[in-house]
Amino acid sequence: MLRVKDIDVSYGQVQILRRVSFDIQEKEIVSLLGSNGAGKTTTVSAVSGILPVSHGQVVFMDEDITRVESFHRVEMGLVQVPEGRKLFPSLTVLENLEMGSYLKGPKALRQETMVSVFSLFPVLEKRKKQLGGTLSGGEQQMLAMGRGLMAKPKLLILDEPSLGLAPIVVDEIFSVIDKINREGVMLLLVEQNVSQALSLSKRGFVLEQGKIALSGKGGELLADPHVKKVYLGL
Amino acid sequence: MENRPFLEVQSVSKSFRGLKAISDVAFRMTENEILGLIGPNGAGKTTLFNLVTGFLQPDAGRMEFLGQNIVSLAPHIICKLGIARTFQIVKPFSHLSTLENVAVGCYNRTPSVEEAEEKAWEILRFVGLEQKALHPASSLTTPDRKRLELARALGTQPRLLLLDEVMAGLNPKEQGDIVELVHKIREAGTAILIIEHHMRVIMGVSDRIVVLNHGVCIADGEPQRVCEDPGVIEAYLGKGAYACLGSKT
Repeated sequence: MLRVKDIDVSYGQVQILRRVSFDIQEKEIVSLLGSNGAGKTTTVSAVSGILPVSHGQVVFMDEDITRVESFHRVEMGLVQVPEGRKLFPSLTVLENLEMGSYLKGPKALRQETMVSVFSLFPVLEKRKKQLGGTLSGGEQQMLAMGRGLMAKPKLLILDEPSLGLAPIVVDEIFSVIDKINREGVMLLLVEQNVSQALSLSKRGFVLEQGKIALSGKGGELLADPHVKKVYLGL
Repeated sequence: MENRPFLEVQSVSKSFRGLKAISDVAFRMTENEILGLIGPNGAGKTTLFNLVTGFLQPDAGRMEFLGQNIVSLAPHIICKLGIARTFQIVKPFSHLSTLENVAVGCYNRTPSVEEAEEKAWEILRFVGLEQKALHPASSLTTPDRKRLELARALGTQPRLLLLDEVMAGLNPKEQGDIVELVHKIREAGTAILIIEHHMRVIMGVSDRIVVLNHGVCIADGEPQRVCEDPGVIEAYLGKGAYACLGSKT
């Protein structure tokens, strides 16, 4: 499990996060919501070790990882799929996936992991010799998620997986997220697609101006008048 | 005036090597209309935008704006005629101020710095960015960057504005704010052609919707009718999304 306790994060002089705390339990999907500029990407960057925290603690699988470098966090099974996919456009689909299993442990399991990634995203197998940059938006998102899975995550962080995708593809992505979770992977989901994210999540946390303003079960948050007004525009 | 077909696209095609990105596409727009353009990723929506704005040349077909041929005209000439666009990935001049970014667009109509900046102030007030006028564009949040992207295009004083996924990356509330702005732009006399994936948004904002799939136009009509079209449901919406829309409307 993951426990984030009272973290502060700053960019230079500007403090973005103030005493942010939340947790993810075994096998859980948790959504992190909030307006643009609320600090969602900053939060996940602190969790995956891309940004340093100036106060507080990040604990993963009972180990304090607050000062652990990000590549060691990947070794421990904490893997982030970045916003905007960040594929290697001039590598093939297969090579992009292999890059996900670059570390020793995942590398040994590369073939069997690849089989399970292909069963989640059959289109990737069809496109395996194609260059990453030539895929459609939906396929690129699938490849980014597939590459993340190749690292054998215990916790997978997805930063806006539905960005810029057609409704039919969004449905597919969300159903795969559900499947990944059923296989026992914890998920931290950052989404603007608030209603779809919350209906999949057991719990959600709402960030406002760098602080956790609300938390609760997915369904409860969906019904919350404040969430409805501020995030759903209803 | 009301129903004059002010944009007319006829049998337009465009291939990239072997791939037919746009195949025999035709549609019309009337003055002051909001036309939604939807379709799966890779359907050719942005290519169509690139054709109408002169960033790409069609292999075949005709395009007329206000009765004038616009095929083979350069983008800046088309912009002078009154067609402006936004880009999916917003790229403001990050070291310039918000005001200066909009003024860049305003030089489409005037060579005078004073007049351009005056117009830019007017547009910033219109889109609600006047408080950030003197901030560097790089300091804006995502929703404000989207507003700036709109403001830059409005600076050119278009009759027709093409919006390419301006709601992407915004939450539903923030999308609602932009929808309001889109309506305001139309009320001020500019027609809008809009690409958008968020169905709640596109259904609410469009007078009519055109659907592309594999470069072919598969539907053209009122939002509600288009969303009930089995071909559209199969190619784009998916059964789940359609059921969800049905419950909302």
